[in-house]
Amino acid sequence: MTRKEVFDEVLNIIGPFAVNKEALEGATEQTNILTDLKVNSARLVDIILDFEDKFEIEIDDDAADEIQTLGDAVDKILEIKG
Amino acid sequence: MTTNVRSEPANGSDEQRVVITGMGVVAPNGHGLDEFEQALREGRSGIRFVEELKELKFGCQVGGVPQGIDEIKTEYLSPDVLMAMNSSMTYAAIAAIDCWRDAGLPEHPPEDGVVDWDTGAIVGTGVGGVDTLGDKVVPGVTAGRTKRLGSTMVEQTMSSAVSARIGGLLGLGNQVTTNSSACSTGTEALIMAAERIRAGRATRMLAGGAEGYSPYIWAGFDAMRVLSRAYNEEPERASRPMSASTGGFVPGSGAGVLMLESLESARERGAHIYAEVLGGAINSGGQRGTGSMTAPNPEGVRRCIRAALADAQIGSEEIEVVNGHLTGTMADPLEVENWRAALELTPETIPLLNGTKSLVGHALGAAGGIECVAALLQLDRGFIHGSVNCEDLHPDLEHFSSRIVRETRESSAKTLAKASFGFGDVNACVIFRTVDEQ
Repeated sequence: MTRKEVFDEVLNIIGPFAVNKEALEGATEQTNILTDLKVNSARLVDIILDFEDKFEIEIDDDAADEIQTLGDAVDKILEIKG
Repeated sequence: MTTNVRSEPANGSDEQRVVITGMGVVAPNGHGLDEFEQALREGRSGIRFVEELKELKFGCQVGGVPQGIDEIKTEYLSPDVLMAMNSSMTYAAIAAIDCWRDAGLPEHPPEDGVVDWDTGAIVGTGVGGVDTLGDKVVPGVTAGRTKRLGSTMVEQTMSSAVSARIGGLLGLGNQVTTNSSACSTGTEALIMAAERIRAGRATRMLAGGAEGYSPYIWAGFDAMRVLSRAYNEEPERASRPMSASTGGFVPGSGAGVLMLESLESARERGAHIYAEVLGGAINSGGQRGTGSMTAPNPEGVRRCIRAALADAQIGSEEIEVVNGHLTGTMADPLEVENWRAALELTPETIPLLNGTKSLVGHALGAAGGIECVAALLQLDRGFIHGSVNCEDLHPDLEHFSSRIVRETRESSAKTLAKASFGFGDVNACVIFRTVDEQ
């Protein structure tokens, strides 16, 4: 998958959880999931599960903790997918 | 010792008077006050055949389930909130939001950070998030897939799910809790909410009950053989309180939420007042005598009714209508006799009597909430709905026949007693009276 394809899919998955819809519209790889998109931190678990299902990978807890921005998510997914 | 809403007769003391200024209802035969009122007036049943129950080989294959909720829930609740809501929470939330709007209170989006410190909620449930447990948690854990359950299981399965969800949606800052006393839950919630306002600890309290739809919730009752099993082909005839041919109750679901408010606050903001909570009482029969976990001790029931009257400071002759618990089991004739004895009247002189469960089934933790809404609609809008399916009145109720309302009639009644009696031999009785000047 290309970086753009992964990014679009990540945005798709995070979309429903993002409370700040404006930030969602103008989202870039630098956009912070918690502080910019205002996703409820309790829901990060669910977002990771959705990534796992969509990309058919397993993301362990340590790897999940490293994901702060949308770009981090794309990096991690591509890294695990190999 | 019976818990009264007031511990001593009020005599112009500094205790607040309590009124109802808003209501919301998600019932098997109607969503919203107008639709619910029409259904009550027309005797429209909310009991339907439920395919899933037949597939699961239940004895009772009919039930009361609110219709069309999946279609409208997105009008009330955003996608991220809906992700963590099961059926009892959804019913409760819709009813609570409707109630809030009916009370004419301002709505602040969460981003505004506004908390209403003077308004709380006591919204109960009998069984709770068993659908989430049964559909998701148990299979997931048993298969060793706990890690994949996601983050929303706790808030859906904790017993306080329904009240916590409401508190967050409305920004409530006073006490937010879930009570649970089986079939008396909703009525008990209302009395407890009134107590809090009377004591000056809150200005407003949402009160009521919710119960979800799930075969897992109803299974235990089916297994006890207390559900109506002979009317699977005729759902609308299945719920038959007070009839000779009843065979058990029909399970139901939904939510009824009421806004209780101090009279002072209601007048100050010009709120519409449905009626005053004149008094109430909550007690238990101790599961002694003929009382048990599942059957009421008549002495407890009678004490509760009398205590409610005493708390309201009225005589039994002032009660014009009784909306009973009346589930459609063999306990119905006993209940009617308990009312007669408690009120110290004759069968021919008891107040007019009806049973809302004949139209909506027994909504368990939601029953008291839904039925208090029905009671107040009748008082406020001037009618008494017919209690259906008792054309063949139970022989023990023959002498009461003229007092049992079977066809909807107009009414100018001002004072109504509502009671709910629950498993655990627990009782709750509340007295409503319309307020003359608004």
